[in-house]
Amino acid sequence: MTLLLVAPLVLIVGYIFYQALPILSLDFIFTNPKDGMRSGGIWSPLLGTCYLVLLSLAISTPIGVLAAVFLNEYAKDNWFTRMVNLAVVNLAGVPSIVHALFGLGAFVLFAGLGKSILAASLTLAIMTLPVIIASTKQALAAVPMAFREACWNVGATRWQTIRHVVLPNSINGILTGLILEVAHAAGETAPIMFTGAVFYKAIQEGDLFAYGPFDQCMALSMHLFTISTQVPGVPHALPFGTAIVLLGTVLMVNALSIIVRTRLRARKKW
Amino acid sequence: MVKTDVMIEIKDLHVRYGRREVLRGVTLDVYRNEVLGIIGPSQSGKTTLLKVINRTIDSVPGAVVSGTVKVDGEDIRQIKDVYALRRKIGMVAPLPVGLPMTIFDNVAFAPRMAGIRDRRQLEKRVESCLRQAALWDEVKDRLDTLGTKLSGGQQQRLTIARALSHDPEILCLDEFSIAIDPVTTMRIEDVLKELRSRMTIILVTNLVQQARRLADRIAFLFNGQLEEIGSTEVIFSDSPRSRKTYEYVNGVFG
Ligand SMILES: Nc1ncnc2c1ncn2[C@@H]1O[C@H](COP(=O)(O)OP(=O)(O)O)[C@@H](O)[C@H]1O
Ligand SMILES: [Mg+2]
Repeated sequence: MTLLLVAPLVLIVGYIFYQALPILSLDFIFTNPKDGMRSGGIWSPLLGTCYLVLLSLAISTPIGVLAAVFLNEYAKDNWFTRMVNLAVVNLAGVPSIVHALFGLGAFVLFAGLGKSILAASLTLAIMTLPVIIASTKQALAAVPMAFREACWNVGATRWQTIRHVVLPNSINGILTGLILEVAHAAGETAPIMFTGAVFYKAIQEGDLFAYGPFDQCMALSMHLFTISTQVPGVPHALPFGTAIVLLGTVLMVNALSIIVRTRLRARKKW
Repeated sequence: MVKTDVMIEIKDLHVRYGRREVLRGVTLDVYRNEVLGIIGPSQSGKTTLLKVINRTIDSVPGAVVSGTVKVDGEDIRQIKDVYALRRKIGMVAPLPVGLPMTIFDNVAFAPRMAGIRDRRQLEKRVESCLRQAALWDEVKDRLDTLGTKLSGGQQQRLTIARALSHDPEILCLDEFSIAIDPVTTMRIEDVLKELRSRMTIILVTNLVQQARRLADRIAFLFNGQLEEIGSTEVIFSDSPRSRKTYEYVNGVFG
């Protein structure tokens, strides 16, 4: 059964890896695309994706976690709370192209950020926010009510209870939700296409700070789209190489989440 | 009765959950250093009454309270620091709750939250509470293991130790024995006999014989109203004031 589930994944990754093999090297990662993207590496889009993902999560994580804590731990159950909860659930299901248009209107045009890493990250943040709120709320709700009541009974404040009992015992689920959103943010093309990602941009190779917040950037997901469909004469291995790096990044992040979860589960306390 | 001898004064207490009224005009006094047993069929509002006393009813959605409750002469609806009120009261819930932290931290939690940081002071407090709860000998060598990993009966004694950890004047126990074995129940009853000289105890119980063994006075709560309150001898005599009381304590219904 496990084999049946894992086999397709292994086959897909194996196939892409096999196709990408001729091109994979450290150079591939650390050089910009060259010759109208028909050769060279993926440094510029890789770094762009890292910027976008990190910045967007840096924005959406604190807001999302705080919102979830508020909704789950403080908010009274009234029509307003119910409406907010409903909105969160529905926003989590909005197609990413809608977020893209919202980001274009709100951040690029209205807020005057122009097409930039900042505008694109904000757009990704808006996209990931409802999912983070929903997953964090779920993690908080999994902590038994009896623990909270036991804390209140001995005179602990609501915040003390959250800080010392609820959060430490839901961090596992919260992290899992966040890490899944890393993959989500890294993989989407639509939300960044109109708000900050460009088809081509060369940056200082090997410089981790090559982009500024108001620069436009390349991104792996969009680069993959470009070289597989928009540019004639791209060597076969190039898109596969790009795919394997994107896939590898996502798989690495997921592996990290599994490690974190197993380590936390080993410490599971009830 | 001199005023200071009343620890808790409840007057015309009404509690609704949404539109359902579950306490309908309860008036009773709890005297300082007595053991008041509260008996009554389930759903009669016993737990609700306890939640009103330490104001955890505040966090029950839809609960509406009216009437006055004074603890130590202070109207609890008017007090500013609800956490200070809760620290005056130890509360033991029906199901044992070991918090997901070490045994030591379980008992040190309340003192820490109240601002005590000194390790030695905490150690002393933890030991004395665990001793009072008759748990010390069983756990003294593994205070750093998880409270949630103890057996049910041990967790219930841990809950009692935690309820004592903030040095309360009042101890409320809500059907503490429904999830534990008879031997542990008897041990905890012995604990309560020790504690009764030092604090006011409210013992909500589904076992009328337990109330008979421990309580000085007994309140019979029926359907949200106080059917009768009186000394244990009277309640268990052949002629309590209310016919229903007689039938309930003799197992005719309930
Ligand atoms: N949080 C709540 N919301 C709505 N109704 C409740 C809640 N808690 C208790 N009740 C209802 O109030 C009544 C009294 O409950 P309770 O005080 O727990 O009685 P007892 O402890 O005597 O069994 C019951 O009918 C119960 O269903
Ligand atoms: Mg009850």
